[in-house]
Parts: sequence; structure tokens; C-alpha cells
Amino acid sequence: MGYMSIASAAEAMRDGSTTSVHLVEQVLERSSMVEAQVHAYLTLDSEGLMQAARAADQDLAAGEDRGPLHGIPIALKDNMATRGMETTAGSRILAGYIPPYDATVVTRLRASGALVTGKTNLDEFAMGSSTENSAFGPTRNPWNTDRVPGGSSGGSAAAVSAGMALGALGSDTGGSIRQPASLCGVVGCKPTYGAVSRYGLIAFASSLDQIGPLTRTVEDATFLLDAVSGHDPLDATSYPGELGSCGARLGRGLEGIRVGVVGDMGGEGRVEPDVEASFTEMVTAMEGAGAEVLEVSLPFTAEGLSAYYLIAPAECSANLARFDGVRYGLRVGGVTTEDMMSRTRAEGFGPEVIRRVLLGTFALSAGYHEAFYGQAQKVRTLILGDFARAYERCDVLVSPTSPTTAFRLGDRTEDPLSMYASDVFTIPSNLAGHPSISIPVGTDRNDLPIGFQVMAPALHEAVMFQVAEAVEALAGFDTTVPFDPGFGLRGGVR
Amino acid sequence: MPVDIDIAHVARLARLRLSPDELELFGRQCRDLLGHVARIQAVDTDGVEATSHPLPMTNRLRDDLITPETVLDRDEVLGQAPSVQGEYFRVPPALGDA
Repeated sequence: MGYMSIASAAEAMRDGSTTSVHLVEQVLERSSMVEAQVHAYLTLDSEGLMQAARAADQDLAAGEDRGPLHGIPIALKDNMATRGMETTAGSRILAGYIPPYDATVVTRLRASGALVTGKTNLDEFAMGSSTENSAFGPTRNPWNTDRVPGGSSGGSAAAVSAGMALGALGSDTGGSIRQPASLCGVVGCKPTYGAVSRYGLIAFASSLDQIGPLTRTVEDATFLLDAVSGHDPLDATSYPGELGSCGARLGRGLEGIRVGVVGDMGGEGRVEPDVEASFTEMVTAMEGAGAEVLEVSLPFTAEGLSAYYLIAPAECSANLARFDGVRYGLRVGGVTTEDMMSRTRAEGFGPEVIRRVLLGTFALSAGYHEAFYGQAQKVRTLILGDFARAYERCDVLVSPTSPTTAFRLGDRTEDPLSMYASDVFTIPSNLAGHPSISIPVGTDRNDLPIGFQVMAPALHEAVMFQVAEAVEALAGFDTTVPFDPGFGLRGGVR
Repeated sequence: MPVDIDIAHVARLARLRLSPDELELFGRQCRDLLGHVARIQAVDTDGVEATSHPLPMTNRLRDDLITPETVLDRDEVLGQAPSVQGEYFRVPPALGDA
């Protein structure tokens, strides 16, 4: 069973050795084999997908070529609005919700010729690091189904990893694209804040949320990002300038690139020995390939996790106020409007969402606003200063993506703080609004993937992808998940 | 750093009708989390400006025009509501005792 990159599928479609219909058949066959074990999808639109594939093949035959994503099956995280297709954000409060409009990324993906496979599972409202917070059951890691796929874009990462889509879109507020990409052995990129429109993305933390691609290769990620990025008048925070072609610097290697190794990212982190060894090995390889390696310090990122767990809940408590049983979604009956709202929200939200809404409501409440939310926003400024100083000397910064490889289901659900620590290396880029990417570089002693993170200054996606592609080539990582036709995925049959 | 939090009050502000057991559990967890993140108060931020948007830009507002992209189909929108009356969303009485 082949796992094709978008680039190779696009080439094969044009030399006549495959068709969009064939790609869709492979994706659906793959899903019929492993989806019962993985549960990457909340909605898999087999019929619509096949229909769209036929149309894509006809268009291509008629000479209407829309570029690298033409006829390519792409999965969407289920917090992006799709007109006429259920969109739940992994929450009971939105079960059955059919949006009356498409998110801008969906409109742009379709315009680029891509086919939507369906909607992938996520932690409820993208709050979590394991996809265990989905109201519709967890997703499992295709590399080992006893393990989590990471989160919150765990369904998107698992779908790409297991060959149930050739690429996917996720959203990243504190690491929700990069950490699952790392845990599932695929590429995952969070672009510069504002590079991709958030119109139609169900909001979690508006100053941090950003949509980005999950793919098998770095080049594939540039195709997806090129397709969905660009200014959108429907999003007031959308960046008005040009991002430029993300793949503009691919193939240039590492010669002369100044790489900053962050010694103190996120404070005293506890990094698993195999992750640490893999990271050090890659940095040495980069130096061998011509990069200039420097040690840099980002001291204020030690406060990043704390700042994040004030800013994100505060913004989520405001954003989630709209789920009140009036205009869409669940309603639980009550005597008064307020009673109805309070019952609806208590029943409709899961525990992690309730926890964060409470935390955020408190952090914004009278008498505490300045001490918590206000202080966190000032620390954010200090973290931006850390990055600015580092980028005076470096083109990119590198770190492990996640301190650990995929952990077992249930291991961290009882201890919110241990779950939050998963994002210690990814959060600083969200607070700074900078682009950042995770590339799979190896496996640990348990044959679980390890990710390597490359960060760049705002709007410097092209250099980030240049370095990421060089890292990918140096690692030579095989993204094929271990699969035994007799037994299915590792971790046992269910 | 212990943080005092009146969880029942916060739950009311957040429109969450929680049971006594839930209030106890979430109250404890929020106090734990706040106790941890309160370390941020020790950071010297004298003279530091707050960052609300990471790029040096302010909101860019479009012209308030009626276009197909900015207008939703009324029937499609009302079709998602739990309760409607005519062209309106319907809710229980605003006043009264729960």
C-alpha cells in the first residue's frame, strides 16, 4: 500500500499513471482497513468525494488544470465551517450543526481544485493535546493504537499519517498542528498569525488561532499553504500584505543559514532522552550540511506556558459565550432564558472546555483582570523581545517539537497540568505570532515518531520551508506506518 | 501561590449551571492551575506594553456592503435554530425565577 505525497500524485495524474478517482479509491480503501481502529474522521463524505473526483478528472482531461492540488483529497479539521456538511468542533453542543456558509479556507481549497474528504476529529473546540477531549470518542495514533495521536488536530494528523487523505488542514493555538504532526510522524506547519483567514474557523483564542497544513512532505505543505493563505476582507486580523510563494526557497539547502539552538525553551523542560538524542543528532547533521549553529537564549519563554494558560482561556471564555442554545446547536430547556442558557452550556460542554471557560472568566473578572490577563499580555511582549534579539543573530531557531513521543491514552487525562506541558516548545511561536513547522526526523525506542521544530520570524515562511526541507532530506524519515495486513495497525485489533 | 476563587460566582458569570460536586471538582482544579500560572505575577513588567496582536497592525475593517459573501440565507440560518417563531429566534421568558 503506497503512501503518496501530493507532489508525486500530481505528477502521476499528469503523466496518466493515476487519476483523481483512483486516488480517492485508495483513500477510501485505506479508510475501510484502518478507520475502525484509528477514528480519524467525524464525517467521511465518500459519495461527495467520488463525485468531485470524477469532475476533477474530467476538468483535467479538458485541459483545465488548477495546479498541484487539482483532484487531491484533503481532510479538514471539524472546526472549519463547511456549508451543508456537519461541523461540530468535537462538541456535543454543536452535534448536528450544518453551517450556512463555507470558511474562507474551504472556498480557497475548492478553488485550487482540492477535494474535501470530510471532517476530522479534534479535542473539543481545539482544547487539548491528545484528541481525548472529543465528545465523539478519541482518535488513536496510527503508529500504535494504544497511543494518542496528539492534539488538538489529532484527527487530521492521523488521517494523513494513515493514508486516509493526502493532506489536511488543522488549526494551531498552542501547538495543535505541530504536536500531533510530531506524534504521528507527518509534517505540520503553523503559519504567521494572520497569514491564513480565520473566517469560518470556530474561534478558540482569537489572538493565537491559526490554520495550517499537515502533509507527508515539506513541499506538500507549501502547496496547501499557498492555496489557503492571503488577505481576506472577511477577517479583520488577516494580514493585508503578500506572503509570497512559500516554496520560493526550496532546494537551496543550509549553506550559510544561521540556526539558533534554543537552550532554555520553555524553562527547564523534561525532554525524553530519545527525543533529546534525535534533536542533537539533527543539529550536528545541519552543521555538517553547511549551517552555522549558534546557542541562543529565550529566557522569558519560561513564562510562556503560564501566559498561554491565562490568555487562551480568557479569549475562549469570550468566544464561547455564543454557544447559548439560541441560534444553533443544543438547547436544554429552562424556565428563563438565562436558566436555559446555563443548563445548555453545562450539558453541552465537556470538562476541559468548562475548566477553561471558568479559568478565563475568572482571569477577566473585576479585580483580577490586570493581575492575570493584563500581566500575561505584558509577558507576551517580553517573549516577543526574546525572539527579536535571537533573530538579530539567526535566520531560524530550532527545538524539539514535543518533549515526548506519543503517550498512552488515559495517561494524562486526570492531570491537566501534565497535558498542558506537551505544548511547552510550541506555545512561544503562537504567543509571538511567528511561523513554525514540525518535521518528522526519527523514531524512539518504541518505534514512535519524533518531531523537529523549525521557527522563523513573522512572514518568513519561505526560509522556514527551505530549512525544513533540508532537515527532511537529512533525516530521510520513512513516513509509512507499520502495518501488518493480517493484524492491522500496531497496538492490537479492536 | 494560592489564589482565592469563588467558583460558584464565576460559574454564574459564565452561565454554567454546575452541580455541587462539579463546582467542588472544577473549583479545586482551577485553584491548582491558577496557583501554578500565578508565578507570572513575579515577572517584572514595569514599563512593558501589553501585546494583544502579535503583528504591528490594527484591525482592518471592510466597507459595510451587502455582498453574497456577507449575507447568509435566512431560511438556512433559522433552520439551525432549536426554536423559531416566524423570522425570529424563540427563547423562554427573560424574566422570572429559575
